[in-house]
Amino acid sequence: MGSPELVKVIATFDSPFSHRAEAALRLKGVPYELVLEDLRNKSDLLLTHNPVHKMVPVLLHGGRAVCESLVIVEYVDETFQGPPLLPADPHRRATARIWARFIDDKCTKPLWLALWTNGDAQEGFVKEIKENLALLEGQLNGKRFFGGDAVGYLDVAASPFAYWLEVLEEVSGVSLATADEYPDLCRWAKEYTSDDKVMKCLPDRAKLLAHFTAMKDRYITTARSTATNCLPA
Amino acid sequence: MATVEEEKAGMVLLDFWVSPFGQRCRIALAEKGLQYEYREEDLVNSKSELLLRSNPVHKKIPVLLHHGRPVCESLVILDYLDEAFPDTPQLLPAPAYARARARFWADYVDKKVYECGSRLWKLKGELQAQARAEMVEILGTLEAELGEKDWFGGDSFGLVDVALAPFTAWFYSYEKYGEFSVDKVCPTLAAWARRCGERDSVAKHLTPPEKVYAFIDVLKKKYGVE
Repeated sequence: MGSPELVKVIATFDSPFSHRAEAALRLKGVPYELVLEDLRNKSDLLLTHNPVHKMVPVLLHGGRAVCESLVIVEYVDETFQGPPLLPADPHRRATARIWARFIDDKCTKPLWLALWTNGDAQEGFVKEIKENLALLEGQLNGKRFFGGDAVGYLDVAASPFAYWLEVLEEVSGVSLATADEYPDLCRWAKEYTSDDKVMKCLPDRAKLLAHFTAMKDRYITTARSTATNCLPA
Repeated sequence: MATVEEEKAGMVLLDFWVSPFGQRCRIALAEKGLQYEYREEDLVNSKSELLLRSNPVHKKIPVLLHHGRPVCESLVILDYLDEAFPDTPQLLPAPAYARARARFWADYVDKKVYECGSRLWKLKGELQAQARAEMVEILGTLEAELGEKDWFGGDSFGLVDVALAPFTAWFYSYEKYGEFSVDKVCPTLAAWARRCGERDSVAKHLTPPEKVYAFIDVLKKKYGVE
C-alpha cells in the first residue's frame, strides 16, 4: 500500500468550527498539517478550495477539498479507520445529526447576539439561548458524552459550548450557562475538554481571551446591527 | 410477508401540502419505492398531538415516523432513508468524497434558497432588489455546480437533486417577484428543472407553481406584508 494521502486543515486558531475538523482527525488518529488563515487577508489556498463560502475550516485530503465543519466530521468518520464518531444504528445517527443541526441553526446565532447586544433585544436572545441549551443538555441524559462512553459526532458538534462559551462569557460579562443551571452540560464540558485527543486541538485559553477581548468592540457593533436587521421568523 | 397496510403502518410522514421540505421526503420515498402513510398537518390552525409529541423541539414538519421513532429535518430524513433502507436506490453515492460534496451542496440549497426567496416576496425597494441579486447569484452558483451533468448526482438523481427539486415549483414565484427569468439567467438549471418535472416521483408530489404563488399571498397576509 502506498503512503497515505496528505491531510491539511485550513483553520483559524479561535474558531470552534475549525476545532471540529481537527478534533475529528485527532479522534481517528489521522496526522494532518494545520494551515492557519488570516480571515482579513484570505489566502489563495482558501479562496481556491472554498470559493462558495470563503470560510474555514476546509479539509484538504490529497488535494481534494471538503468544506463545512459538520460535513468534514462525517467525511473523516467515513474515510479513516479508528473509533466511529457516529453510531451504527440509523435512528441514532439521525438523532445525532438532528441535534448537530439544532446547534448550528438554533444556538450559534442567538448565543452570539445574547453576548453582544443590549436592552430588550438582548433579553430575548438570552432567553432563547438558555432554552435551547437546556434542550441540548437534555440529550446528555446522564451519559458521560453525547456519544455515550466515548466522544462522538455530537460532542464534537457541541464543542463551542464546552470551551468557547465560558471564555466569551468572561469577555462579554454575560452569564449564560452556570453550573447551577446546567449541571450536566458543565460536567460534560469538563469531560470533553479533558479528553487527551481533544485537548491537543483546543486553543490556548489566555490567547483566546486576549483575541476575543481585542475584537469585543467589533463584535458589539456587528451584533447590534444584525439584531436590528433581523426579520420576524 | 407484510401487507401493504402493515408496511405503510411502519412509516408515517407528517407533512404540509405545499412544503418543499416535506416534498423532498415524498420524492425520496417514491424514488425508493417505499410505502408510507401521509398525514397532512394543519399548520394554519392547530398542530396535531402526534406532531407535537414527535417533534417537541421545533414542532415543525416534515417528521418521518418509522415504527414510532421520529426523524426530523428533511435532509436528515433523506440520509436516514438511505441508511435504514440500504437495498433501495441510494440518494448518496458510495465514495466518501462524493458524499461530502453532495452533503455540501444539499446544505447550500438549505441555507440559501428558501431564505432568499422569502425576502423576495416579503420585502420591497432596495432590500428586495438585494434579494433579487442574491437569488440570481444563488441560481447561477447552482448552475455552475450542475455543469454538463444531467443531474447534480451525476448519472443518477441524487441527494442534491431531491433537495432542490421542490423549489422548482417556486421558480415561477421568484421570477414574478424578482422580475427575472430563470430560463434567461440560468438556462442549464432551467433545463434541469424541466427534467426533474418529467420524473414520476417529482411530478406526483410538486405543488403546481400557480398554487405556490397563491399560497405566498396567504403567507403575506399572515406576515402583514402588502
